[in-house]
Amino acid sequence: MAQAAAVAKPPAPARRRRASATPRRLPYLLIAPAGLLMLGFIAYPVISVFYYSLQEYNPTKPWRNGFAGFDNFVRIFTDDAVFWDTLVFSAKWVFVEVGLQLLFGLALALIVNQSFVGRGLGRAMVFSPWAVSGVLTSAIWVLLYNSQTGITRYLADLGIGSYGTSWLSDTSTVFPAAVVADLWRGVPFFAILILADLQSVSKDLYEAAEVDGAGRIKQFWHITLPHLKDAIILSTLLRAVWEFNNVDLLYTLTGGGPAGETTTLPLYIANTSVDAHDFGYASALTTVAFVILLFCSIVYLRLSKFGGENK
Amino acid sequence: MITKEATPAAPAAERAAPAPPHPAKRHRPAWDEVPRWQIYLPLGVYLVFTLIPFYWILLFSLRPAGSTSLVPWPVTFDHFEKVWTERSFGTYFGNSVLVGVATLVMTTLVALAGGYALARFDFRIKRGFMLALLCSQFVPGALLLVPLFEIFANLQMINSLGSVILAETVFQLPLSMILISNFIKNVPYSLEEAAWVDGCGRLRAFRIVVLPLLRPGIIAVGSFAFVHSWNHFLFALMFLNNQSKQTIPVGLNTLMSADSVDLGALAAGGIIAAVPVVIVFAFIQKWLITGFSAGAVKG
Repeated sequence: MAQAAAVAKPPAPARRRRASATPRRLPYLLIAPAGLLMLGFIAYPVISVFYYSLQEYNPTKPWRNGFAGFDNFVRIFTDDAVFWDTLVFSAKWVFVEVGLQLLFGLALALIVNQSFVGRGLGRAMVFSPWAVSGVLTSAIWVLLYNSQTGITRYLADLGIGSYGTSWLSDTSTVFPAAVVADLWRGVPFFAILILADLQSVSKDLYEAAEVDGAGRIKQFWHITLPHLKDAIILSTLLRAVWEFNNVDLLYTLTGGGPAGETTTLPLYIANTSVDAHDFGYASALTTVAFVILLFCSIVYLRLSKFGGENK
Repeated sequence: MITKEATPAAPAAERAAPAPPHPAKRHRPAWDEVPRWQIYLPLGVYLVFTLIPFYWILLFSLRPAGSTSLVPWPVTFDHFEKVWTERSFGTYFGNSVLVGVATLVMTTLVALAGGYALARFDFRIKRGFMLALLCSQFVPGALLLVPLFEIFANLQMINSLGSVILAETVFQLPLSMILISNFIKNVPYSLEEAAWVDGCGRLRAFRIVVLPLLRPGIIAVGSFAFVHSWNHFLFALMFLNNQSKQTIPVGLNTLMSADSVDLGALAAGGIIAAVPVVIVFAFIQKWLITGFSAGAVKG
């Protein structure tokens, strides 16, 4: 309303109007909705997780609830073999998934960045699994892997393997089977981000390299890769955090089994809090997971010299 | 690396430019000289890997139960009818659409406001706020389920779609806001200032001058929010116990965790879950690439 009044005053110089249109409260008003939402639904829960991690808190055993000091943490590091198993599996899962997704995603982005007939359709098709949810990915791969009418049956028809093989319930095949399912959905993520970054490589650089007689492989190493460096570092980090935290796929595909073989740390935490109702201990595990994640991220950014010499 | 390579090469390119005796070399740069088979062969192999799972679920959803044929013939729509009515996917679908659209609208509006502030103003808590946005990327929503459940229980929002919409919006916000503020930074401030001189208020100037230029960015952020909330399942699983309130991913999980999985119904449910996002995605795919390349990369 105040602005409308200002507009009505014709001789008012623009500078004055501009000052009046920019009250000092405005930026605070603009970030207030986002800030309040994040305070209430991210910051407060995080703080309460830290608080509960120092408590014995289990709604099904209320008589034992109360301050526990560092008991939960002592238990994690000295008396919980499952914690170490799930931590190791999480590391393995993140490392393999992010590595393979980056490799295939980079290759895919370089391919669909070329100009060729049918590029639009090709891009749309190879990127499409990105939009598919973890649960749906599980549903699809449950259909592919099921022992009666899945892929193995038709492979057995061709004389490969035997009938009734179920890759998801065999401890020796469940890991690669889950990795492939998650790759199917994860590769497009990297391909999209890398393709987006490829759009900003200056074509002059390639022309110059061409004149200098550099071949395609040399151009890739000396122009494309340095250009992509920051995007790769950032996307691998985001993806690693995401792969670590995400429980959708493994929860629905394997349920962490068989025999706990594919239980990640977050899955273990979810089971501890949701099934066992041991909120205090689950909160301590969450705190540990959070610290590990933060520590690894900082180390990774330091080692990879993010935003370094190129900028 | 770039500078080292470019410095000696750039003058060479300039020297080549005025003298056009090698037009072939100038007009057919290296990135166009890739032999076709080196594109189509790996792309084809990868397409097989991408498309077989889609074909598989389509096959299972269309062929009669118990069939082992590799082509969906004779076609039956029994699985779809069954899953839509008996397994309440019709209800789930409506709920999912509601959650998706509400999350899209809320995320976009709140992120636009916050993103504008971050792009155009310097204010005291700006650095701290940016840091908080980045840090929140490391906070796993899945690990906050218990405290979030308690909050929504206190707000009496358990079993209401509002809880899921709120939670999805909040966890979608930080990235959306960073993206939008980068998009806004790419719009020259002088355009807005010119509009003020012409007598527009700040809001009107934003709507007339900035908003149209933000279209790729808003499409990218909005579709991201929609697809993400459409797909996400943990919040819905935790906060909605009432079957009539649940969303499609929860319905799929219920089908999968049954003792004997009805594969036909699961496949049909999966198709229902996939169709909206795949359609959205096919339409916005082009915007997404330009959107991300403008917003995500430039810090």
